[in-house]
Amino acid sequence: MSSLGNIIKKEMKELLTPATILPIVVMAVIFGSMGNAIGGIEEEFSEKPVIGVINEDTGNLSMIASSILTNYSDVVFNSTNINDKQVGLEQVKQHDGVALIVITQNFTTNILENNPGEFEIYWIMKGAGLMDSISSEIVEGMISTINRELSKELIEGNTSANATIVLSPTQRVETTYFKDKEMTGLSPGAITGLLSSQSMMIPIIMMMIILMAGGTVISSMALEKENKTLETLLTLPVKRTSIVTGKITASAAIGLLMAVIYMFGLGSYMQSFSMSGNINLADYGLALTSQDYILIGISLFITLIAGLALCMLLGTLAKNYKSAQTLTFPVTILAMIPMFITMFKDFDTLPLAIKGAVFAIPFSHPMMASRALIFNDYTLVIAGIIYVSIFAVISISIVVWVFKTDRLLTGSTRAKKLFSFKKRR
Amino acid sequence: MATVEVKNLEKNFGTTKAVKGISFTIDKGEIFGLIGPNGAGKTTALRVMSTLLQINSGEVRIMEYDVEKQPDEVRKLISYLPEDAGAYKNLTGRAYLTFIANFFAEKNTRKMVEKGIEIADLGERINDKVDTYSKGMKRRLLVGRALMTDPKLAILDEPTSGLDVINAQEVRKIIKDTAGKGTTVLLSSHNMLEVEYLCDRIALIDKGKIVEEGKPQALMDKYNAKNIEEVFTRVVR
Repeated sequence: MSSLGNIIKKEMKELLTPATILPIVVMAVIFGSMGNAIGGIEEEFSEKPVIGVINEDTGNLSMIASSILTNYSDVVFNSTNINDKQVGLEQVKQHDGVALIVITQNFTTNILENNPGEFEIYWIMKGAGLMDSISSEIVEGMISTINRELSKELIEGNTSANATIVLSPTQRVETTYFKDKEMTGLSPGAITGLLSSQSMMIPIIMMMIILMAGGTVISSMALEKENKTLETLLTLPVKRTSIVTGKITASAAIGLLMAVIYMFGLGSYMQSFSMSGNINLADYGLALTSQDYILIGISLFITLIAGLALCMLLGTLAKNYKSAQTLTFPVTILAMIPMFITMFKDFDTLPLAIKGAVFAIPFSHPMMASRALIFNDYTLVIAGIIYVSIFAVISISIVVWVFKTDRLLTGSTRAKKLFSFKKRR
Repeated sequence: MATVEVKNLEKNFGTTKAVKGISFTIDKGEIFGLIGPNGAGKTTALRVMSTLLQINSGEVRIMEYDVEKQPDEVRKLISYLPEDAGAYKNLTGRAYLTFIANFFAEKNTRKMVEKGIEIADLGERINDKVDTYSKGMKRRLLVGRALMTDPKLAILDEPTSGLDVINAQEVRKIIKDTAGKGTTVLLSSHNMLEVEYLCDRIALIDKGKIVEEGKPQALMDKYNAKNIEEVFTRVVR
């Protein structure tokens, strides 16, 4: 073999290890799953939205509007009487529908007299994720189609309507029902937009803390091995739990400090993009109380401890500083999955299996907490805190157990001892 | 009461039997040497006694405490110096000794640290970061760390590894003095002269088994050898 070939062979052997291949395989699987999820969105876009229609007007323009609604959606409730509104809403809810649209009295007359025709739209919102508002976006699209068709009708009919009305013949009065709250004047899109911008910071903070503190704890374990200080540490009169707790606490503190510095910069950067909206969510009862902030803080802290225990467990596998860098990858993925899922979908609207998976990932809980607390869903947040606490205790116990075995130094433990219930040191 | 009692100690790594049923005892204040070729099982035996490795069978007791069942008690009595040990690079020599002393003496660590500094004998460099030390300086610091705590049992794996002749001699003297003050020393070494000079008794270990044990002079007489190196060569062959 030539010298060049010899070097290439050696380099490839060194670079192509399970530690380098595995992250790529995991990434490919994740992209594959995301592809399937996007396929699901396309399917949802092609589905007709389920709505109810109350048409109080008998004019030709309302008929155009009504026929467009009927053609482009699945109408499960149809009436001409506004008194049927409550029944209509129930029907739409029962059919997992998206809205009840009321074409108000004098819709046609108003437009012909240069006043906008009025739709009353009662939205039934299922989730506050970006993907949860797909159905309402389709309905919004239908309203635009109606406006375009009415404009055409007004132009072709040579009516005396003024230009403003011809260009924008209708107006909307919207009410959104979401998680037992009635919000007048807000559309699902507006709520989703406001909530996402509000709840996006926590997932990013969580990601940053986990990455920074997790990286620190994994590297700390790797450096103990690389610098040959671990053996000495393990023979000192100090309890294994103290070593584990000390490493986790120090990493948590450093991780938090790093995250604060990072978020300070990121916060200013993000602020430059934010628009000053004129909608105040607190006016609609959508604000966090001081008790809610305490719960978010507890959730964040417990999750950090659980995450660091997990990192420490991975750190025990690290042979040196270089291999430690690859070991942060699974943690990054575990933090990224709930970040994206909670951004696109509400926990409540997820399929059961994904719901279970998201709940099982400890990092999901602080990410979901703020949105859940806005809508007073304390059960999800408290259940999350309890689950993550149990996860943290189990993870720390496993790490302490690893510290008590040969695993740290030899890379393996005797199966016989592993399965024995004999009390170990 | 013997300081160390090892009975039929066996240690396996998977299917590899590293230590195959060795037994020996070490009395208080004695310097006991484990000598043998590379891969003979010396370091494994020392690691078991230092509570780092679990045993497969047999029994190891340090001052009557079982290393498997009472490792926390054993750790209070021992001090282990691994062959290729390191120190925390971002700490100064003094800070490193203080860090270790804090585990042994909660209040008055100063005396212990001063003793460590005296043994390490690094002069003003004790206040420099470990990262800037030469291999020999690092080893001296670690010897200081291992002996400053006045352990009942000092387990030293190749204590003079990486030291030049002068420093090695100095360390040997420190070990001898420490034993003279009542500390029991268990050491392993490749250096037969060192073993001959330091050890009260030695055990020759080969392929996980103790093949010979006794006082250096007695072994030399038994094998009609001029030094321990000759004894070692004859026994191992």
